[in-house]
Formats: sequence, structure tokens, C-alpha cells
Amino acid sequence: MSSTLPAERPPLTRPKAPARSPMAAPRSFLWTRRVFLTLLTGFVLLPVYVMVSSSLKPLQDVSGEFRWLPSGLTIRPYIDIWSTVPLADYFVNSLIVAGAATVCSVVIAVFAAYAVSRYDFRGKRVFSVTVLSTQMFPGILFLLPLFLIYVNIGNATGIALFGSRGGLILTYLTFSLPFSIWMLIGYFDSVPRDLDEAAMVDGCGPLRALISVVVPAAVPGIVAVAVYAFMTAWGEVLFASVMTNETTRTLAVGLQGYSTQNDVYWNQIMAASLVVSVPVVAGFLLLQRYLVAGLTAGAVK
Amino acid sequence: MRSIRAAAVGAVTLSLALAASACGGGSATGGGSGDSPKTLTYWASNQGASIEVDKKVLQPELDKFEKETGIKVKLEVVPWSDLLNRILTATTSGQGPDVLNIGNTWSASLQATGALLPWDGKNFDAIGGRDRFVDSALGSTGVQGEDPAAVPLYSMAYALYYNKKMFADAGISEPPATWDELVETGRKISKDGGKWGLGAEGSNLSNNIHQVFVLGKQHGADFFTADGKPDFTSDGAVAAVKQYVDLMAKDKVVAPGNAEYAQNQSLSDFAKGKTAMVLWQTASATFKSLGMKDDEWGVAPAPVPSGAPGTGKATNSMVAGINLAVFKNTHNRDGATEFVKFMTSDAEQKILNQAYGSIPPVKAAQADPAFGAPSTAVLRETLATSAAALPQVPDESQFETAVGTAVKELFADAAAGRAVTTESVKARLAKAQQQMLAK
Amino acid sequence: MTTTTATARPGARAAGTGTPGAARGGRRPGRLRRIGLPYLLLLPALLLELLVHLVPMVIGIVMSFKELTQFYIRDWGTAPWTGLDNYRVSVDFDAPVGEALLHSFLVTCVFTVLSVGLCWLIGTAAAVCMQDAFRGRGVLRALFLVPYALPVYAAVITWAFMFQHDNGLVNHVLHDQLGLTDKPSFWLIGDNSFIALLVVSVWKGWPFAFLIVMAGLQNIPRELYEAAALDGAGTWQQIRRITLPSLRPVNQVLVLVLFLWTFNDFNTPYVLFGKAAPEAADLISIHIYQSSFVTWNFGTGSAMSVLLLLFLLLVTGVYLFLTSRGRKTADV
Repeated sequence: MSSTLPAERPPLTRPKAPARSPMAAPRSFLWTRRVFLTLLTGFVLLPVYVMVSSSLKPLQDVSGEFRWLPSGLTIRPYIDIWSTVPLADYFVNSLIVAGAATVCSVVIAVFAAYAVSRYDFRGKRVFSVTVLSTQMFPGILFLLPLFLIYVNIGNATGIALFGSRGGLILTYLTFSLPFSIWMLIGYFDSVPRDLDEAAMVDGCGPLRALISVVVPAAVPGIVAVAVYAFMTAWGEVLFASVMTNETTRTLAVGLQGYSTQNDVYWNQIMAASLVVSVPVVAGFLLLQRYLVAGLTAGAVK
Repeated sequence: MRSIRAAAVGAVTLSLALAASACGGGSATGGGSGDSPKTLTYWASNQGASIEVDKKVLQPELDKFEKETGIKVKLEVVPWSDLLNRILTATTSGQGPDVLNIGNTWSASLQATGALLPWDGKNFDAIGGRDRFVDSALGSTGVQGEDPAAVPLYSMAYALYYNKKMFADAGISEPPATWDELVETGRKISKDGGKWGLGAEGSNLSNNIHQVFVLGKQHGADFFTADGKPDFTSDGAVAAVKQYVDLMAKDKVVAPGNAEYAQNQSLSDFAKGKTAMVLWQTASATFKSLGMKDDEWGVAPAPVPSGAPGTGKATNSMVAGINLAVFKNTHNRDGATEFVKFMTSDAEQKILNQAYGSIPPVKAAQADPAFGAPSTAVLRETLATSAAALPQVPDESQFETAVGTAVKELFADAAAGRAVTTESVKARLAKAQQQMLAK
Repeated sequence: MTTTTATARPGARAAGTGTPGAARGGRRPGRLRRIGLPYLLLLPALLLELLVHLVPMVIGIVMSFKELTQFYIRDWGTAPWTGLDNYRVSVDFDAPVGEALLHSFLVTCVFTVLSVGLCWLIGTAAAVCMQDAFRGRGVLRALFLVPYALPVYAAVITWAFMFQHDNGLVNHVLHDQLGLTDKPSFWLIGDNSFIALLVVSVWKGWPFAFLIVMAGLQNIPRELYEAAALDGAGTWQQIRRITLPSLRPVNQVLVLVLFLWTFNDFNTPYVLFGKAAPEAADLISIHIYQSSFVTWNFGTGSAMSVLLLLFLLLVTGVYLFLTSRGRKTADV
């Protein structure tokens, strides 16, 4: 596992994968690859196709026997989704919650990772181990206690955490924090120390050095962490279902509103699922090259 | 840099202190959100076609209430999937609404938590007296002999809904009145490929419970002993569960696919003419929203073993419905009581129950001709004469889960073609019972 | 996770990576050795972890020693202490509660092994296949990441739609179109539900393995391949001799992360099956959820969670111990 990273950060273009060999690959490999990738593409795309096609079907098509092609195309579901449940409100809530959780999580993770990466201090190992071990906690174990804590903080200080977006932001940002810190430590480790030391020789404080030198050099890692944090917050169901109310409900919970007392509006569910997926998937795909670069330098070293 | 370390220590101590205070339990400092006497928070259950429909039904009434009393009610319609969890967390923390809807079968379970205001004589007087309510509805408001934990708001009962055209096509003139007739009718209809006699919601735990509870009554069995101990394995209970599952396993009048239904798919099958009958509570509004005209379906009392519906073994429905409860922690108890009084007033009862297709549990409102239409008359009649309340024991919600799951698994067996025998039914129920006792 | 081992052995890591400037800060000039600053930087993270994870966990542990049923949840401070009763009930495998827990635990173990194995296999295979450039590689890569990027709820509900008995795509294809089964199968109830859960979990999880392995592949120096090619090794041999061994450290982390996420997964079974999962797919997280929220017995539920946590700690500890030992000898 020797690193190939040069002293300068690699440019932020697509990372060059080292080709296996200059020779042409043998036919057996090419065929295996072709078959395997085709099958895999089918597997991946199947639900996506179902989602897209069902969202364009009239209700009788989706509540009757499955059909590959819609009997008639309609955009009705895309209009109805906004009135069946207050999807727009949920959307705004999710954006606020996930956005704020992401920003906070990244900032906090950058500080923490910088400390671990650049300093030796007592308790460093305990910190790393503790933070990482929180990944093992079953969410069920602390759902009710966390709820109690929020309510008590609310009663003691008047800061409404329970039922508010703030409480949810706080919760989600800690969900992504361990992974973020861990990834950024790896990334910061690969940012040459000489850079920030040079900055400090020039008279910057350590924080200035972090912000003006280390952070810009670690953009791919930070983007990767941000994407991860956003996805975590955007899709969480369990805590959101207990900790939100009508005005703060997020999409993940709100989508359940399409299965009503009367009927399951599958076409609307699919349309709404697509609508809520588009921002994350688009963002994810746009930023994926950063993600790979960030993971390359950070997580997998 | 000492100060920084001190700050860190201080911050850690602070959070530990907060945690410690959290350990003290929620009720000490908790309070309802009605700190101001001029507002109330109300959690409504999802009664209409969607949450938005509920808001449209309720908001004008709440505005009316505000006009009358000056109290503003903040409405939140909580989906069924979340309602019980929300109530539980509210109970644990003391941070909840002032007034809330509960499923009436939860009454005793929630009563045991002590989170709901008991409706003693004085409180009842404040809303016009206990006598205003129908007895059967009051029977589902908490443990017998204790002050009710809630007051009835909407009442519902099970009835047999049938598709008139499918009946006519199969040459059936009368809806079945007994189970034997139902099976026979179902077989006639199922002869036609792709059509089925009866719909069921095999994976819906509450619905399973409602059905086997009534069948249990018909077999002379209760699922609890008189002193509130679970008693799931009596011969009657086993026979009841087996009879229900056998509708799919042996009689083949229920489509195997129904075993995985949990989201009222059986109603949409009914509306599409795939199944000819469903046993359901107040389905009329749903049929309408599914595009069925009122003259396309008929309604009859749910079947009994023999004879006419009545009490005891002739019971043919559970007392279904929604109760209205006041959260004990409310800071605005008078306002909350005032609101309950408003919601249970004759006028509001008529408006609300009509909107939801349910029956008013308030006598005066129930007598209104608006509820005398054939579809509602059956329900009204059933409630008055042949409906029984589900066991009013604190363990009721665990019972729903344990036995409901057992029935669900039995349906899964039946759907997979595995034999459902008295032994296999008894084994499942025994397991469910042990789970109740173990805790 | 690498970091855990790395911080444990800073010297070894610095030597191993050979990155210039990666020597630890302790040997740095004086101004970096300010004691307070690192703590200050860590403080927000620490406080939040305390607030949201550690303190609630401690409360959860306390709850596990109490009889926390509906009679006491309103003021759970007054709930009676029950000592180890909740634990005794949970691990009494002859009684129904313990038996159900054991069953659920075993189901989860089998499920996790299969899911992690398949995710890893597919992810690695795909990453290796896509190591060389070919036409459409970028598009394909983006496509493969879609399942991972989709919100869990949206993805799983779509699968639930496809797995329906009467109207689902899966039965339409297997039964109606291919005629592989004599009658439509049930996927959301009964024994097949395990397969359904596994398929969804793999579908959702393998792109993560793909992503990480892809990143890991970038760190394999080109010279290794060139040297092997000079020795006459073909593509298959290069994959076997260079690619896979070089991925070992990456795999160590990847498998652990996948293991923890899969074992604790709540969202997938919850959205797929609802509150009562079928026995065959009764994963431990949903089992505990049901034991606490649905039956209102938070004491037993907490005890089960604590047992789960202990198990995961044990596995992780043993895993890290074994793999880092192996790594030390293989790697340095």
C-alpha cells in the first residue's frame, strides 16, 4: 500500500486509473466483462425503469396487473403529488434539515480531523475509537433516550429541539460525523504538512493555515464528506418519524402519506419518489468524481 | 490555554448534567404545549381519503370553535403509521398535544400509562353528561369500572359490503347472512376464473384482530380471561382463528394474494370487481373515492353462525371507532374540555360523522335522519344491537401485535399452500400467548 | 477504521505510506505543540457525539435494567429496577421471547454474511471490470452509483411495488413471462421474504463497495502492472496477482463498514415489510423495534439493544485484531 500521491495535490479532474497493462486484454476477459456488466446494468436499471414508467401511468395501470408499457402516458401523478400531501413543505423541510446538517457536519468534521491529523495530544486514540464505535450503535437503543434529552433540554433552557428542525439537524449531523471525520483525517494526512507549516512561518495562526491552505487542498475530500452527510440526512426515516411534527416533517416520512386509508396511489408514490430522488441523485452524480478522488486519498489509504 | 481546557471540562460536565436531569424522567417538568390559555394543539387521526382531505374537513370547524371561544386550535393530522409512536413518545416526555384522537381499541392501553385525563363524573358533566353517549361506544373507552380515558368521537361497525353486479351475474339474489351462506356464495362467485368471493387484509394486524375477535365471540371465546390474563389457546379462540384463515386455506373464497394485503388493497379489488364481498367498517366514502357509484354496491349485516345478529354468540362486529382524549399534561385543561364539548356537540357530531361516513356516538346526533340511509342504517343497527367492544385490558395493543402477527403468519402458510390445521393454529397462538406472559 | 489502526501504530503507518511530511506532529517545532488547540477543535464534535450518541446510550443502558412498560413510561424514573431480568428474558432461548430473539439474530447473521459477501463480490468485480477505459465507461459508472444515491425510502418502496404477489413485476416476469414457477410466489410474506430482502439490500449496497474499491484501485501503482506485463502475465493473472492482493487493506475497511451497516439496517426491512416483518426476514433491528415500540416494553428492547451492541463490539474488536495482524505481516 504505497502511496502514489505526489507532493502537489492532483488536479481536480477525473483521477487517472492506472491501466492494467499496455497489452490488449484477452477475449475471455472482454466477454466476461461484457456479459457481467450487461447483467449488472439490467439489475440496476430495473427498479429505476419501474419507478419512471409507473410514475407516468394512470392509477388503474399500477393497481392492476403489471405491464411493461403504460396503457397511456399521463403526467397527472406529477400534478397530484403536490396536493395529496403537502410535498412542497416537506421538500423545504428536508432541504433545510439536510442542508444545515451537511454544512455543520462538514465544518465540525474539518476541525476535528485537522486536530487529529496535525496534533499529538492525550486522548487522541480514545477519541478516534469512540467516534468510530458510534457507528455500531443500533439506532433503536438511543431513539427514546435522545428524545427524552431533547425534551429536557427544551424544558430547562427553552431551546426547542424536539419537534423542531434544529433537533433533527443536530441528530443527523452526528450521524454522518464519524464517517466524515475518519475520511477527512485520511485526507488531511495526505496533504503535505510543509504547506501549512510554510503558511505558519509566514505568520498565519493554525486556524488561518487550516482555512487558507489545508481546506483548499482537501476540496475533493470535503465534497465527498458533504455528499455523504447530505444523503444520510435526506433519507433517514426512523428518527424523523418520531421527532417531527406537521410543520417540520421531512420527505422520508412525508412520502408515507401516499398510502392512505383508501388506496395506495402507486403512481403518485413513484412520481414523488422520483421527485425527491432527483436532487440527491443529480448532486451525487455531478460530484461523483470528487467523491472517488476524495475516497482515494482519504478513506482507502 | 488553560482556560480552553477548563472550558472543555465545563462543557462536558454541562452535558452530563443535562443528561442527569433527563434521567429524572419526563413528567416532572414536561408540559403540554398549551402554555397560553388561548391556544390548543390537536392531533387528529387520518379519517378521510388523505391528510389533506382531513384538514379540509376539520379546519372550518376549528375556525368555528375559535370564533365561539376565542381559542385557536393548532391542527395536526397524524398518519396512522406514526400516531401510536407519537403518542408513546409524547407520553414518555410529557411533551404532547392538548387534545388528541386515539383508536378506541387503544383506550385501555393508554389509560394504563396515566397520560390521559380520566373522564370522571365532573369532567363528563362539563361536556353535557355521560348519558349523551351511546353505551356501546362508552364500552370502548377504557378498563371497565374505571373512569374512561377518552370520550367517543366517531363510531364505526363492520358490515358486509357486496358488489351488486357480481352477485347478479352469479345468480345470487340475497346477501349471505350466515358464514355457511357466505362460503357458499363465495364459491359460486369464485367459479369464474379471476374472481373471488371475499377480500381480506392478511397482513394488516389490526384488521386480523377485529375479524378473529368477532369470530371468537361467535365461538364463545374471549381472548382474555375475566381478570385480564391472555387466553389465546382456548378451543373457541383456536376455532375462530382457524375459521378465518380457512376462508383462504380450505374454503378458497379468499384469493391467496390477499395474504400480503395490508394497505386496503382489498377495497380496490372490490371496487374493480375482482372480489364480490368485503367485511369492512364504514367503507362508503372509500368506494366513492375509488370511483364506485353508490348504487353499485350493497351493504348487509356481517355474517353470524346462524339466526340473526344479536349479542353473545350472535355478535357480528367489534365496536370500532375513534375516541377523543385530553392529555393530562395540558396547561389549558378548561380550553381542552371546552374543545371536547364542542367536538361532541350534536351539531358538530352530525357534520363530522357525515363527512367521514361514520356513526355519531352521541345519541341525539345518531337519531338524525342523515344517518338513516340504508348504508348507514346497517351500521347503526349493528352498533346498537350486535357489536362488542374489544377486550378493554392494558395489554390490548400487545394483543393486537401478537395475535395479529400469528394470523398473518397463518395466512402466509395458507397462501403458500401449506396446511393450516388446528394444531398449527394452536401452536402459533400458544407462542403469541407466551410472548405476552414473558414480559 | 484504517485510521484506528493507523493511530495505534503511527510509526508503522508513516513508514508504510512513505508520504513525505506524514510524520506525526509530536516531533514538530514548538508552535504546533500548543496543548489547548486540538481540544478546542475537537470540542464541537465531542459535545455532539456526547449529546446524541454517548449519553443516550448510557440512558439506554440504564433503561435496560428497568421494568419499563406502559405503566411506567410516563415517568420512567419511577419504574422499578429489575436487575438482570430483562437480560434473562432476552437470552432464555427456551422461552418464546429468547427463542424469537435467537432466531432473529441467526437470520440477521446469515443475511449479513450473504449481503456483505454479494455486495463485495459484485462491487469488486464491477470495479475491476471498469478499471480500463472503454467507451461508455463514464456513463456506466454514473449509472451504477444510482442505487446508492437514491434515498432509501424511494428505492425500497419501488422494490416493494415490484415484489407484490398479484401485480408485481417480479412475478410477472418469473411466472407469466418465463414460466419458471407454477404459480406466482409470495415475496413480501413467508419464506421468500428473506430472498426479497437480500436482493434489495444487495441492490442498494453494492455500489458502495464499487465506489470504495474503485477508489482503492487508483492507489495501485502502475509500475506493478508494467512489471507483471514484462514478466508475461496476462490480464487474468494481473488481476489475480496484483489487483486483488493490493486491495486487501481497502477490503479490510470496506467489509467492516458494510458489516456494521447491514447488521444494523433498519430502514430496508421497515419500508419493505412494515412494522411486523415476516419471520424469515425478521432482522434484529426491526425485531428490537417491535419489542420496544410496538409492544411497549422499552426495558426488554433496551436490553436486547445492549446485547446487540456488545456483540458488534466483540466482532469488530476481533476483526480488527485479526486483520491488522495479518496486515502487519503482509503489508509492511
